[in-house]
Amino acid sequence: MTPSRRRFTRDRQGRFHPRLSPEERQLLEGLPAQAQELLATRDQSTKRLFPVAYLDDPTAEREYQALVGESLLDHHRHALDCLAQTASAETVGLGELEQWMGAFEVLRLVLGTQLDVSEDMTSIDPEDPRAAGLALYGYLSLLQEEVVTALAGMLPDVKEET
Amino acid sequence: MTTTQPVEVDLPSGGEDVHPDRPWLVIVWNDPVNLMSYVTYVFQKLFGYSHDKATKLMLDVHHKGRAVVSSGPRERAEVDVARLHEHGLWATMEQAE
Repeated sequence: MTPSRRRFTRDRQGRFHPRLSPEERQLLEGLPAQAQELLATRDQSTKRLFPVAYLDDPTAEREYQALVGESLLDHHRHALDCLAQTASAETVGLGELEQWMGAFEVLRLVLGTQLDVSEDMTSIDPEDPRAAGLALYGYLSLLQEEVVTALAGMLPDVKEET
Repeated sequence: MTTTQPVEVDLPSGGEDVHPDRPWLVIVWNDPVNLMSYVTYVFQKLFGYSHDKATKLMLDVHHKGRAVVSSGPRERAEVDVARLHEHGLWATMEQAE
């Protein structure tokens, strides 16, 4: 993809311009609410959003979840809110684009769980009942890839460790 | 996988390790959802790693199934795990043998 076709280009003021159609913006405004509903009930499809920290120490794991669980939920909710609120914005700031990346991550983790995706899925069989969901998943993957490209360009240049 | 004796913990003010001299390892596991470019970016962003180092760790996760991405005292490791969880990565921690 050439630079001019990038989905998120940065202007001289440091603002990012999402290259999205009105239909895409409408979709991105609406998807977060669906994920919020699933989060509210801790639906099974949200399990990847709350990973286990201690594999073989149930006591430590309970304490970790008690300590971190609520703020992790808030973190995911905040990202989804930000995407819903700014999906139609002409430009977004760095912090907002980072929230978009977080929201795409939440949406992909939930959708990926619902669809039971595997790493070797390279094409979508139109006969697959999951075809529409997989197409959406692929679209969100593309957007996340584009956001990562834009944000990676903002990282400091770190010299190789010796 | 390291197995440790059950530990009485009192986090976040500091848990008591059975072997406090051994560092804790933060491990990221392979999963089918996270994009390779995203995982690399998260390693750079959270740990300040160079692109090359972050890419190598990402490839270790991808090909070997897991990689140790940081290590240190228990409290530090727990913070790293929580930050990785915020970014949707499957991270766990265990004490080095």
